[in-house]
Amino acid sequence: MNIYFFYIIISIISISIFLSVYRLLRGPSASDRAVALDALTNITTALLVLIAFLSARFIYLDVALVYAILAFIGVVAVARYMEGGL
Amino acid sequence: MGQILYYAGMLLVLIGSLFFLFGSIGLVRMPDLYNRMQASTKTTTLGVLSFLVGMGLMELEWITKLLIIALFVVLTAPVGASALARASYKHGIKLWKKSVVDKYKGKKND
Repeated sequence: MNIYFFYIIISIISISIFLSVYRLLRGPSASDRAVALDALTNITTALLVLIAFLSARFIYLDVALVYAILAFIGVVAVARYMEGGL
Repeated sequence: MGQILYYAGMLLVLIGSLFFLFGSIGLVRMPDLYNRMQASTKTTTLGVLSFLVGMGLMELEWITKLLIIALFVVLTAPVGASALARASYKHGIKLWKKSVVDKYKGKKND
């Protein structure tokens, strides 16, 4: 029963990743792509935690934490570049 | 007791992934950059919070590190989105033509 629950979760997350990648490829301006990338990094953080749960390894949570930090730094760097300060 | 916490965690994980789905649908279907930013940022922040707390309820030994990750995402995702909105307004991206309120318009550039 539990494995079907994880099938449903992975299907929902895959559909949302496909929709975000559509906006990432299609977006008219650079800011649209940055917003889509921001949403994708949040989804990917949750997906890394799901992978850590499914493979039952505690050490994979560090990967999710470092990924969240680097995603924040990336979004702020794109914002500073568009503002003209970088 | 552990079984009840496990099912509550499953429910929270399902709610979090549904929030991801709704945020992505809003990201595709909204007409404007700022509407898209509102639709995606709020829902994915709340989705990450719900997903990680649900995972922590399903695996109770991991809950401290999962709460640290959730706190970090909840603190930093609105900051990044706010900086990106301000930068794209200064970069010259127009609002949608049916948007009526623009409170940032008359302010001096700081």
